[in-house]
Amino acid sequence: MSENSTLAHHFDSYAQQKESASLGMWVFISQEIMFFGGLFLAYTIYRWRFPEAFAYSSNELDIGLGLFNTIVLIGSSLTMALAVRNAALGEKNGTVRNLILTMLLGSVFLVVKGFEYAHKWQHHLIPGPNFQFSGPDPVHAQLFFVLYFSMTGLHALHMIVGLGILAWLTAQAAKGRFTPENHNYVEGVGLYWHFVDIIWIFLFPLLYLFGRHHLT
Amino acid sequence: MTPNTPIFPQGASTYSTEVDILFYVYLGLAAFFTVAIFGLVTVFAVKYRRKKATDVGVEPQGHATVIEVTWTVLPLILMLGAAIWGLKIYVQQLTPPPNAKEYYVVGKQWMWKIEHPDGRREINELHVPKGEDIKLKMTSEDVIHSFFIPAFRIKVDAVPGRYNTMWFNAAKTGTYHLFCAEYCGVDHARMIGRVVVMEPHEYQEWLSGTKVRAATATGEELFVAKACNTCHRPDSSARAPILNGIFGKEVALLGGKTIVADDEYIRESILNPGAKVVSGYQPIMPTFKGQLSEEEIIQLIKYVRSLSPGADKGVPKTASLAFSSSAEAHP
Amino acid sequence: MTSQHESAPALPEKHYLSGAWSPQDWLLTKDHKRIGILYLVGISIFFALGGLMAVLIRMELATPSGDLMPADVYNRVFTMHGVLMVFFFLIPSIPAVLGNFLLPIMIGAKDLAFPKINLLSWYIYMIGGAMTFYGLLVGGIDTGWTFYTPLSSGYATGPVLTVAVGVFIAGFSSILTGLNFIVTIHRMRAPGLTWFRLPLFVWGHYATSIIQILGTPVVAITILLVGAERLFHIGVFDPKIGGDPILFQHLFWFYSHPAVYIMILPSMGVVSEIIAAFSRKKVFGYKFVAFASIGIAVLGFLVWGHHMFTSGQSLYAGAVFSFITMLVAVPSAIKVFNWTATLYKGAIAWDTPLLYALGFIGLFTIGGLTGVMLGTLGFDLHVHDTYFVVAHFHYVMVGGAILGFLGGLHYWWPKITGKLYNEFWSKISAGIIFIGFNLTFFPQFILGYLGMPRRYHSYPEEFQVLNILSSAGASILGIGFVIPVIYLLASLANKRYAGNNPWGAVGLEWQIPSPPPTENFETPPVVTDEPYTYPQPDEKEAPVGV
Repeated sequence: MSENSTLAHHFDSYAQQKESASLGMWVFISQEIMFFGGLFLAYTIYRWRFPEAFAYSSNELDIGLGLFNTIVLIGSSLTMALAVRNAALGEKNGTVRNLILTMLLGSVFLVVKGFEYAHKWQHHLIPGPNFQFSGPDPVHAQLFFVLYFSMTGLHALHMIVGLGILAWLTAQAAKGRFTPENHNYVEGVGLYWHFVDIIWIFLFPLLYLFGRHHLT
Repeated sequence: MTPNTPIFPQGASTYSTEVDILFYVYLGLAAFFTVAIFGLVTVFAVKYRRKKATDVGVEPQGHATVIEVTWTVLPLILMLGAAIWGLKIYVQQLTPPPNAKEYYVVGKQWMWKIEHPDGRREINELHVPKGEDIKLKMTSEDVIHSFFIPAFRIKVDAVPGRYNTMWFNAAKTGTYHLFCAEYCGVDHARMIGRVVVMEPHEYQEWLSGTKVRAATATGEELFVAKACNTCHRPDSSARAPILNGIFGKEVALLGGKTIVADDEYIRESILNPGAKVVSGYQPIMPTFKGQLSEEEIIQLIKYVRSLSPGADKGVPKTASLAFSSSAEAHP
Repeated sequence: MTSQHESAPALPEKHYLSGAWSPQDWLLTKDHKRIGILYLVGISIFFALGGLMAVLIRMELATPSGDLMPADVYNRVFTMHGVLMVFFFLIPSIPAVLGNFLLPIMIGAKDLAFPKINLLSWYIYMIGGAMTFYGLLVGGIDTGWTFYTPLSSGYATGPVLTVAVGVFIAGFSSILTGLNFIVTIHRMRAPGLTWFRLPLFVWGHYATSIIQILGTPVVAITILLVGAERLFHIGVFDPKIGGDPILFQHLFWFYSHPAVYIMILPSMGVVSEIIAAFSRKKVFGYKFVAFASIGIAVLGFLVWGHHMFTSGQSLYAGAVFSFITMLVAVPSAIKVFNWTATLYKGAIAWDTPLLYALGFIGLFTIGGLTGVMLGTLGFDLHVHDTYFVVAHFHYVMVGGAILGFLGGLHYWWPKITGKLYNEFWSKISAGIIFIGFNLTFFPQFILGYLGMPRRYHSYPEEFQVLNILSSAGASILGIGFVIPVIYLLASLANKRYAGNNPWGAVGLEWQIPSPPPTENFETPPVVTDEPYTYPQPDEKEAPVGV
């Protein structure tokens, strides 16, 4: 059965293997959506219930950094898509280059996020006993920050895991492990990376933008 | 069975009989279907038992769609009918009559604290007059509890941070179980008590025979002790809304919304004053979170209510049963 | 179809059990059949632990005064009973053991689509189980398996975080199993095996997988939030710090109600297989039964609020949830009616698996009907959180899910091990379980209607007679569960070989040797028939089996 090492023994054809891998990734992503979904639901309910507190809290976030990060992340999606294309065409060097670029942009995002977190720390906006908030309704402002840190933290965790996988993927790509017939791993990781990107595309307006009009 | 082992529970509220009838109808249907299924399965298993090792089943001829549709639609109709009936009872159970006597209940690990309309208090016991509409507003000091009177066929959860309402009209005098039905920690099973239903005149005697327990101050005293009156006062230097006559009325909030000033709103305003500030005032009120027990908050609410005579009817009856306590603020 | 009368069945020369047996050959295996066995070991351990807790519960409740153990200990015992049984036995039982073993064979595949992920899921499950077991060893938790806030996040004592993380981790095992099944069913079917030629066991698992994928992550994040609230004292659910405990209930039941269908749908699949095999007929209304599984999975996501009728949710929400609950009962009823109709004019053999399947039909009917009662608003306010609920879900979980599991285990045991078990004792134990079960749980319906709340360590004396009946039943039930362990293990040592097809059943799994070879099929099968096609009497030239 194993005359060719990239076709697993229990598949009949490359097509079947590829379809399975891609369906598997989609199913995994639907699982992820539900995972984040619990947080999005909590956010929706609490925002609807405490609009003022959420608006004032949202005002504490730095739109500039958020926007910058959004652009960085979209850029990383582009390089990821290019890496997939390179792999499909069998261009080893292009794959490696674009994967490294993706990791780089992902790291930039995390560093900026780190600065944002540090800023919140200095301003006592980390939920817990030391939380301080000057606006009205600090109790529910804290709720906002609980959700802010849960959602962006979970997202950042996905990015960190993604960077680890990308590092492994880059090493594999450098070894020439991916062929036009079987580069399912690159495709799968690509889907995952785009998913993580899209989560941010939702997080940015929900946390940074919505509700500011309350204050004008 | 000894006489001490009942098979049927006592029924002692005005709606307990209807719950029982619903149950018996269900029981009949369930018994019918269970016996029918068990019976058919047994009959088939015996009648069509395999005679020879090589026997195979006889496949039915033709389409069975008619059969399938029948046994899909028929149970559905039966069940929807029962659901509608159940809903009708539920509406009755959840909608207190307008002039019901109002009691407050606070659940606390592991006891029930009850306050009568006249301020009298009991722990783990509830004395009520027979034949009168009794409304219980309940909340919890800590975890979720559930106020359950089996003989009245009713239970409602006491949830911290909100007021849930239940009502009943006791139809028979006697002493009945009061249970906590929502698991609430170590002594959950000891959070039990009794409900004593008395003839109205006995209840009056009981009331006059027991002292008003002065464990906590009355609402009016608290209003002064906590210095609420320094800002909420009916003169020109008031820095806070005048509370006279507001209960049950709509008030305009900062930001253009309105809210009905009900129990929930007053409670929220005491604990979290910045959340919904009345239009025209500054959010300067300090929070009283952690400084007042649930019972004290209830005292304050009752005091504010007393400043608006006859306002109770204005409050939507199911207000406290909405998913969100503040749902009315954002219709 | 292929199996002819074999005078002396013997084990095949090479099969999945005949390979190497060193620890790494098992612990690093990627063979779905060996992983199924690993899971069988895992769930058996947790079932035994959970069963032990059940014994303690029933011993305590034999007397009203709560004198066997302190209340605190009792609370830990019933919490651990629930946690272990729900998350570590019932949810993985059929899918991860029987599904893992049979699903690839039934669709003519060599393995699941992702064998490594399959193995990973077992490790994740065992790690989650080990954490929970550790939590039990250091004292257990007293939150109840439902982890209701703010009790769990602020008031309960014990290693709540450890157990919560254990459950969280185990959830991902369930997700990965579901993912593997969905992809396998979509992409790995043998040529000719169209969707409507799939055995109903496969349909049941497909529906289950959908719930595992879409439901489990929600409870995972919810448990994570409870853990965060407990650890950092931040308010998500505790009203003292700004949260709403009812939101927890919504999120929790959004998963945990469908989770009930994770437990029962595979069991229904097993029953369909058994009924067809032992009456040698097509399952009546095959498509209705198949779509009923999907219908249950979809509607099951829309009924969670019926766990919250007393919580103060609005009347309108209550009404909607009540009505959808009635709708979700319909597909279950369809299945029961169709199974019964399948028996009509069958050629019924009273073997042990059939006894379990018939027991399932009867007990699930009672469990389902009482579920409908609980979904009725006015009635629920009385019996909610009483022993009526306890009885109801044990009729579904034990009478349904566990009888289905045992039926399936007895049906496919000859396939899995190649050996026949003792028929006499297997029938005896099936009878004991049925009697013991009813004696344990039927009195609890009455107790609930009388008003005895659940999770009570002590209770008023008037409930004692019924509780003693229940405890007596539990001891019978316990014996019933021990006997199969003995004769099934004993069967491994004997020489009564099963042959390819001891039941004379159709289905791909019965066309290959018992135990199956490592890659299941010598040559890839091609499917040309609908499932459960038995040659009719006028086609006498093709007799079936023995």
